[in-house]
Amino acid sequence: MSSNSIYNFKVKASTEKLAEVRRFVANNASKHQYSKKDIEDVRLAVDEAFTNIIKHAYNYNENEQVEIELDINKDQICVSLFDKGKSFDSSTYRFPNVREQIREKKRGGMGVYLMHKLMDDVQYLRDSGINEIKMCKKKS
Amino acid sequence: MKNFRIEHRKSEDYDVLDLEGELDAHTASQLEDELKELIAKNKYNIIVNFDDLDYIASAGLGVFMAYIEDVRSLGGDIKLTNMSKRVYNVFDLLGFPTLYDILEDEEDAIQKFINSDD
Repeated sequence: MSSNSIYNFKVKASTEKLAEVRRFVANNASKHQYSKKDIEDVRLAVDEAFTNIIKHAYNYNENEQVEIELDINKDQICVSLFDKGKSFDSSTYRFPNVREQIREKKRGGMGVYLMHKLMDDVQYLRDSGINEIKMCKKKS
Repeated sequence: MKNFRIEHRKSEDYDVLDLEGELDAHTASQLEDELKELIAKNKYNIIVNFDDLDYIASAGLGVFMAYIEDVRSLGGDIKLTNMSKRVYNVFDLLGFPTLYDILEDEEDAIQKFINSDD
């Protein structure tokens, strides 16, 4: 049986908290035997997920909160972000065509793409009005 | 607490933005304001120096996406230099190297501007 270490962080849904969220991920993950690259990938994926919740789930309402749970064992790092805002419909999401977006002076959609690139598994769950983005990365 | 800074300087005929710290959805607006200001002053030959940039999230890349077309249509460009491997990796994952000039250093960027004027 593998033993898991769980770390929780409840934080205001504000971009001003991004640096703190990144530190929470990196500081706790570095207590375990993971490479710098693995930790950096998870840190960036969490940054992108947290940013998307602020923008899309909560529409920049800073009175809201996000709960983050890191679940680390010797094989993988999993991280869940929970919010009570508008849920993300992954079925309508299309990976961005950066060339086209530049032409149309658009941005966005890149965070989700990065999350999928950086992590081995990304799931969107919803239960009793709570959204969960659950992302896992295996030790490289 | 500010974990991101931009310094603007001139290098020959070029406007250089030296980035320092962490560029994310919170700090990207500073970069956006700086680029908008340059464009408003008809400065289109821009070099962005990433030497002291420790971290970038997609919001940072989004700023370059939003303004590159304007700058290029006015005959200029935004050239990116001195990226760490970690920062370059994020640009690479999103396919930027085929769309932007990402160069070793300022000298290379200036040379690239000169060559493209020929």
